[in-house]
Amino acid sequence: MASSIRVRATSSGETTEVQALIQHPMDSGFVKDAKGEIIPAHFIQQLTFEYDGKNVFTADWGGGVSKDPYVKFAFKGGKKGDELKISWVDNKGATDTTTAKIQ
Amino acid sequence: MTDVGFSATRRLILQGAGAVALVGLGNLPFLAPALAAANDKYPEEAFKAKSEADAIKALYGKTAEPSDKVKMDAPEIAENGAVVPISVTTTLADVTSISFLVSENPVVLVASYKIPAGTLPNVANRIKMAKTSNVIVVVEAGGKLYSANKEVKVTVGGCGG
Repeated sequence: MASSIRVRATSSGETTEVQALIQHPMDSGFVKDAKGEIIPAHFIQQLTFEYDGKNVFTADWGGGVSKDPYVKFAFKGGKKGDELKISWVDNKGATDTTTAKIQ
Repeated sequence: MTDVGFSATRRLILQGAGAVALVGLGNLPFLAPALAAANDKYPEEAFKAKSEADAIKALYGKTAEPSDKVKMDAPEIAENGAVVPISVTTTLADVTSISFLVSENPVVLVASYKIPAGTLPNVANRIKMAKTSNVIVVVEAGGKLYSANKEVKVTVGGCGG
């Protein structure tokens, strides 16, 4: 299965900028479908980015984050060719993990 | 702080198997501020809060003061409340956390980001807004809370269906 996570990590030498786009419905549990029935909550709760065995960024999300969420951040260091590890877990316990090479 | 290098899945399995030390750690987030950086427990209670004051209190256990050093970039008018791009940057030093709140959403807290040492204090993301509302950004820096506030007008809500 193709990964739900797409990441672009670019090093400028001093810092590494990371952009992540994840495929996920991010249903808040407040929206009704066409039949008027509530779509149950289904959203990513935690997303983590690890570099060199250390956590460089953690996102705690609620159902208020947009569908197919996007996030951008930057950290000091990070070498071209090194790997960044990205994982998420949602409120139903599903998870996905991927690695991305810093460019 | 032995759990720093563990993967999230491994930690879940360990917690499920009853790794007493780790579970104990997770239960004491406010009593052990020095360990907070290594503690990545999901703030369940804060994501149930119905007002921004309750959410901020549940997350940080203190109140925020407005600061012009917190710069929020948000649209004046959002045509589609389902996708509102918002970003934040700050000149404050020692930032440890950045959170996004929408006062008129059914769940006020939208996202909370942990910023370890070495990660820059600026974050961009996309959030849902039920209707026209104040968007509040809270930055934790040097153990204190600072906030910025902006009203975003929404023409089509992102939570109504």
